[in-house]
Amino acid sequence: MSAGSRRLSFLGVGLVMSALVGSAAVGLADADGDSRRSGFDFMGPQTQAMQGDDTSNPGMLAVLEGEDIWNRKAGAADKSCADCHGDAARSMHGVAAHYPAFDTGTGGPINLDQRINTCREKNQEAEPFPWESEEILALSAYVGLQSRGLPVQVGDDTRLAGAIKAGGEAFHRKQGQLDFSCADCHDANWGRKLGGSVIPQGHATGYPIYRLEWQSMGSLQRRLRNCMAGVRAEPYSYGSPEFVELELYLMSRSRGMAVETPAVRP
Amino acid sequence: MARTLINVPPTAKRGEVVEIKTLISHPMETGFRTGPDGALIPRDIIHRFTCTYNGEEIFSADLFPAITANPFITFTTVATESGELALSWTDDKGQTQMETAKITVE
Repeated sequence: MSAGSRRLSFLGVGLVMSALVGSAAVGLADADGDSRRSGFDFMGPQTQAMQGDDTSNPGMLAVLEGEDIWNRKAGAADKSCADCHGDAARSMHGVAAHYPAFDTGTGGPINLDQRINTCREKNQEAEPFPWESEEILALSAYVGLQSRGLPVQVGDDTRLAGAIKAGGEAFHRKQGQLDFSCADCHDANWGRKLGGSVIPQGHATGYPIYRLEWQSMGSLQRRLRNCMAGVRAEPYSYGSPEFVELELYLMSRSRGMAVETPAVRP
Repeated sequence: MARTLINVPPTAKRGEVVEIKTLISHPMETGFRTGPDGALIPRDIIHRFTCTYNGEEIFSADLFPAITANPFITFTTVATESGELALSWTDDKGQTQMETAKITVE
């Protein structure tokens, strides 16, 4: 397995992964002992290439749209995001890597989409964008891009300790008719196959993502609803505290890994 | 009509084979899917893509319903002289998106 771990770099992933099927996926670690792997490492070379090139990554179309919305005046205040925040490349640098984050207004965690909509309502005096609308996905992809390559910073805010714990409990709680917890697949069986697909470790570092199956952008909550429906559980509704806690736990679990927004996933 | 991402090398040597990459946002609605009301969603796909190089057509493609949303089209051509590549995508609604890119041949 140690020889395998050295071979598990980039293009060799597909081959090595198929060799792993049927054996426990253990012992894969970096030189520094970090065994965490982005979903990127589990994809085929074609999909990796698609994400890696900004002219073939369809998520960049959403980023373009997001840039447009950033500079467009909206709401009763007739202000654009840029009127207050200026150049996103500077003002939003590293911001998305901190989300979900503590919100003093609600006294709990909020994710990036909620932060954008809060700002929109309060400062632009505009209607919030609906969940999963093209606009909110575009804007969060644009803001997210400004943190691409930076390490995830979630998990060190003591005010969120309770919410992270609650999210962790949800991650380990068995649910649905199939009686699976998130951990049953993404901690205990990552690297093995579910149907024809490799089970990744569940590091949500690239959201919002362009998912080939969806042929569109989607948020982490959309992806989580997908998994919940998959184990025949009733998904939480968009924006529910349970989802934000779960997002928060997932991001704290990915602390230190690089942000990939906008990622491409199969 | 749509957002596009185009990658044409800004400069090339005469006679060099250059790769042109294009991506356009489009739903590529197949016409086979039903909406929430059970009725068919009318087909709306980009059915034609062309590229001209200084006015001369160098590449074209007919697209069909099985092609993904946000189609990515890439092709190569020989850099003969400096000038302009004009790209156009036409969909079932009759809308045509035109984009241009400059190339300098040394």
